[in-house]
Amino acid sequence: MDVAAPPAVDVRAFTRRFGDVTAVDSLTFDVRPGELFGFIGPDGAGKTTLFRTLVTLLVPDAGSVRVLGYDVVTDLWTLRSRVGYMPGRFSLYPDLSALENLRFFASVFGTSVEEGMSIIEPIWRQLAPFADRRAGALSGGMKQKLALCCALVHAPEILFLDEPTTGVDAVSRREFWDLLDRLRDGGLTIVVSTPYMDEASRCDRVALMQQGRILLVDTPAAIRAAYPRPLFAVQAPDRLGILAVLRRFPHAAAVWPFGDVLHYTDARAGMDDGAIIDEVRAFVQANGVPSPGISAIPAGIEDAFMWHMAAGTAGEQVG
Amino acid sequence: MSAFAIETHGLTRRFGEFVAVRDLTFHVAQGEVFGFLGANGAGKTTAMRMLIGLLEPSDGSAQVAGYDIATDSEAVRRNIGYMSQKFSLYDDLTVQENITLYGGIYGLSNAQIAERTHALLGRIGLEHARKELVRRIPLGWKQQLALSVALLHEPKIVFLDEPTGGVDPITRRRFWELIYETAAAGTTVLVTTHYLDEAEYCDRLSIMVEGAIAAMGTPGEVKREFGVTSLDELFLQLTRPGAA
Repeated sequence: MDVAAPPAVDVRAFTRRFGDVTAVDSLTFDVRPGELFGFIGPDGAGKTTLFRTLVTLLVPDAGSVRVLGYDVVTDLWTLRSRVGYMPGRFSLYPDLSALENLRFFASVFGTSVEEGMSIIEPIWRQLAPFADRRAGALSGGMKQKLALCCALVHAPEILFLDEPTTGVDAVSRREFWDLLDRLRDGGLTIVVSTPYMDEASRCDRVALMQQGRILLVDTPAAIRAAYPRPLFAVQAPDRLGILAVLRRFPHAAAVWPFGDVLHYTDARAGMDDGAIIDEVRAFVQANGVPSPGISAIPAGIEDAFMWHMAAGTAGEQVG
Repeated sequence: MSAFAIETHGLTRRFGEFVAVRDLTFHVAQGEVFGFLGANGAGKTTAMRMLIGLLEPSDGSAQVAGYDIATDSEAVRRNIGYMSQKFSLYDDLTVQENITLYGGIYGLSNAQIAERTHALLGRIGLEHARKELVRRIPLGWKQQLALSVALLHEPKIVFLDEPTGGVDPITRRRFWELIYETAAAGTTVLVTTHYLDEAEYCDRLSIMVEGAIAAMGTPGEVKREFGVTSLDELFLQLTRPGAA
């Protein structure tokens, strides 16, 4: 990744409205060449509107959007052949075979499957046994790999993937990210969106998005490290009981279930962890919860996302 | 009549040569939150379609809400609720119209519909949006509304098919609080999810691999049985035996 080079994506104050709904609200960010950049956020955050604009399918209402140095509005024909785009919804021809789909996309971009093979080979290898199967009859995982081949066959300089792993099981998701790692290692710039917080750690940098705005852009490590308050994992057999008790603790800033534990954020920055643990333990015990396990933990991306999300919704109670 | 909300024996479904669901035997107790997990293509959807009376089994049997799914599928459907992330409400109808439509389909009287609408909207804090088109309300509310509507006819069991897909982490947790309330009120909940942290919130769970149940028990039990520290690890071990 070359920090000094001009950005692969350069977006300034980009806004897009649909009627009276502002889907994307004054976004500013850049993506560096060779970076694997992730947009993390729920449905309705504006990810798809952003991606469709980046690949020249929508025009901005305000602001500037440049990809590979080209303006998405004025230079769209130059740009089209240089970007790869995998939309969120399966958009291949279900009645054509896997190979026919691939040939079609290659020919649209004035190339051939043979020419593109060096790029897609590691992915196509897994698909080859199903080359003659109708795309509509492929399994979910295979459809996804075919869509990726079709987005890559013309050797784009930058790849946009809109929610490639939505609805995919945890193990298949991990395998898909392994594929993206290999593509990035080959020098490709990749911009990807996902609603899954756990995928943030697979990106070089991420933007946390919510309701058309970016909450935060940074490396996953920096986002975790910048969590502003002491965070603890609390474990007790009666999770619901201790959840209710902890939320009544006067110094609780946030209390959320996280798998088999609760994450407790104390409102007091700069206080000693051991002192907080002693106080919390005393409080829950006084409220009838027998000696819970409590330990200080580093924040995850999901903790950070919830913190910034709650901070952004004025007046609403946190946890 | 079965003492369980769901009880299956050797439930099997074939499509031609392919066995989508193989010899499923399990039970879910009244008021339990049961997680129904598995990789894509493991057979969850086929099994669920049989349990809600939409697909006949090739072999084996199942009782759902006390009724046989093969001989009494009509009664099964009347006594269950169903909600999925993909479809549950009509976007072009208002909140009130959706509730009235579902109430009518399940044979509730106008008085019952009015009374339950009031209670339902009060519980999820959506009274002000009664006349809004569903398309215009935020996703988090839409999901709470969808669950409430699936519960309108007071079913004994509610099936939730990936109810939290795509929602933000705070709304996801609020939704689970609603699941707990539902179970505490005595309704059995069977839920599928791709979020393995959510699997930890279930009383018991099963993990399907290639059409059969590969692990079943409380989250603690299955982790102990397979010697893993997280359900994530267990899921990987079961679905990709070579990779773990």
